[in-house]
Amino acid sequence: MSWAVPKEVEEKVDALVRRYPKPRSAVVMVLHALQEHFGCISPEAIEWTARKLGLRPINVLELVTFYPMFRREPFGKFHLRICRTLSCALAGSHQLHRHICEKLGLDPAKPGPQTSTDGLFTVEFVECLASCGTAPVIMCNETQHEQMTIEQVDKLLDQCRCKCGTGREGNLAAEHGFEP
Amino acid sequence: MKQSQQSNDPLAAPPGMISVTVDGRTVLVPRTMPDWQGRQVPTTMLQACELAGVTVPHYCYHPKLPVAGNCRMCLVEYGVPALGPDRKPMRQPDGSLVIKKSPRPAIACATPVSPGMEIYTSTPTVKLMRQSVLEFLLINHPLDCPICDQAGECKLQEYSVEYGRASSRFVETKVHKNKQVDLGPRIMLDQERCILCSRCIRFTRDVVGDDALGIVNRGSYSAIAAYPGTTFDNNYTLNTADICPVGALTSKDFRFQMRVWFLKETMSLCASCGTGCNIVIGSRENRIYRFTPRQNDAVNSCWMCDYGRLNYRWIERADRLTNPGGTKLTKPDWEDAINGIAAGLKQTIPGHIAIVASARLTNEELYLVRRLAQFLGAPTDCAPRSGPADNLLLCADRNPNTKGAQLLGIAASLPGANLPVFARLIRNGTIRSLLVFGEDVTRHGIAPEDLARLDFLVASDIHSNGTTMISHYFLPGCAHVEKRGSFTNVHGRIQKFEKAVDPPGLARPELYWLSELVCRVTGQSVGRTVESVFEAMRAEVPAFRNIAWADLEDHGVATSV
Ligand code: SF4
Ligand code: SF4
Ligand code: FES
Ligand code: FES
Repeated sequence: MSWAVPKEVEEKVDALVRRYPKPRSAVVMVLHALQEHFGCISPEAIEWTARKLGLRPINVLELVTFYPMFRREPFGKFHLRICRTLSCALAGSHQLHRHICEKLGLDPAKPGPQTSTDGLFTVEFVECLASCGTAPVIMCNETQHEQMTIEQVDKLLDQCRCKCGTGREGNLAAEHGFEP
Repeated sequence: MKQSQQSNDPLAAPPGMISVTVDGRTVLVPRTMPDWQGRQVPTTMLQACELAGVTVPHYCYHPKLPVAGNCRMCLVEYGVPALGPDRKPMRQPDGSLVIKKSPRPAIACATPVSPGMEIYTSTPTVKLMRQSVLEFLLINHPLDCPICDQAGECKLQEYSVEYGRASSRFVETKVHKNKQVDLGPRIMLDQERCILCSRCIRFTRDVVGDDALGIVNRGSYSAIAAYPGTTFDNNYTLNTADICPVGALTSKDFRFQMRVWFLKETMSLCASCGTGCNIVIGSRENRIYRFTPRQNDAVNSCWMCDYGRLNYRWIERADRLTNPGGTKLTKPDWEDAINGIAAGLKQTIPGHIAIVASARLTNEELYLVRRLAQFLGAPTDCAPRSGPADNLLLCADRNPNTKGAQLLGIAASLPGANLPVFARLIRNGTIRSLLVFGEDVTRHGIAPEDLARLDFLVASDIHSNGTTMISHYFLPGCAHVEKRGSFTNVHGRIQKFEKAVDPPGLARPELYWLSELVCRVTGQSVGRTVESVFEAMRAEVPAFRNIAWADLEDHGVATSV
């Protein structure tokens, strides 16, 4: 299937571009709009953006690779952001990150977001999530989970799996006391 | 009293000037200086320091590129005159200014000077800042100097020796990146060596107009890249290897060929087009290893094109002519060849002889051809050579000295216009003798069958060619890198070049045997050195009248015509 930007997305992009004195100033907003629609920024999206704004694709690639909020690949159903900054680090977030990675078969030493092979989880080690008082903090999609422990993390992962009906064997509801 | 105090007063500089103090030495600097495009902009601390004879180490700053201010190597401390409550500069009892030292350092490359400013480049703080910048740059640096082509001309090496720490305190694991990125057909990138100064990005974007490179990723993973699937391929890419302060960008042609400290450097010119970019030839043991641009703001700034830079391999080709020869020469001997040619020329009749001389010959050589032509009554011309021009340096005229040939009256006003006429006159038997210096006329409209009708055919060239092969006498000439002389570029600038390597075998500079021939045939000597021929040329040819060889210096002189 050939890649195309639907009409309504392109209209949205055009409106964004008009808000700036120079088209290139709109580049970050345009990328956000495309990511919102497509789920990630593909090479096609980079090239389309460059054409749209009169840039060279390398100019757009620089931005996409610089800002961590832009995704180059589709993310898993659950985006786990584990805080790596000072308060959380002191409260054990690095161990949590390692634990999650190992559980999901990911490499804790690898920089950047990683997605589990089943496509369910994307794990990202991020800077301060601005809830340092309740360290260590993990965000699962848009929900914040505070003062996390290894046990709570395990429970969180199971909950997520459960929501998708891909639960592991055993009685999750009984083990953790929640409704599947 | 007031008067004398004012004359020493840093705030009372002459109009258009600013007085600043660099490491205790007060200098007058212009208020504005040319930026990378030559526009007048406020003078920077770095420029002022240079004028004061103080070097400020720098990586990202390059006088011919827009200022980026990203490497921080040029940090200095400074102070400005303190203002009193009346908003007037405060003075010490002795009348000197009270200087308020800035609590923060500034990057010298991007900070303009102001009247009375004091710049400190050798304080303990500045030394510590330089040391720290270097320490940061070296955190992830692979330190592979022993296998790095830049070693010996690397700013990271030089500054580390001069300003760096002796040992590394970094015990963590270095970030590894790609050491062999094939950026384009002529450039290889080692991302680990890159210090992210962005010179290469700015050069190709702002000077060439090909915004092909960028920095991808972030933090210590940042790396120079071209967009995946594209290549860095314009006619100026190799300049990025020159301006890259480290060994990140290397020339595929030169990498791993020779350590730079072994290279002999010779001041020369590129001979591949009429622009005449100034170059340095790097050679060792009579072999050429590279051409690099030499700054001349009147011609090529700091750049040269890839086409001209790589156009040197033919010098070593196996089919070089290495001795005199020809169907009438019994043994490959210069004396016999010159005797034979001189005797032949004495029998020629004006109006029945013509000369084709290459616009690749030097002014001096073409002047000797002119002397011969005048004496023999021979019409002359050059063989034109052209190719597509670009908007930076490369010129459509691919001969280095067409202008010189025109000023000396060798080339027709439209170079090459006489060649079809010569061909016709040979065919109808009017032209009986032809001298061809440095060209193959069979590739310029005079067929071998026509040449075969001539009573007397003399040719010279660097390689064996269709004309030398059937000539009665041929002489082995020299590439410009094998001799001295001058060219006149398309804009009428006369520039000289020096000899880098010896010619092969018995090949001799054209000047050497042309002066001999002129002497034998005309009975007049113009000497046998480039200087003596230049002097004679100057006395005779108006375009060169006001110019002495010594005036040419490193950057040449524009002719008045
Ligand atoms: S490759 Fe060289 S010129 Fe380009 S940013 Fe890196 S160090 Fe600077
Ligand atoms: S522009 Fe012309 S003179 Fe300059 S390097 Fe290229 S070919 Fe040589
Ligand atoms: S340090 Fe983790 S939320 Fe601030
Ligand atoms: S030279 Fe001034 S910041 Fe790089």
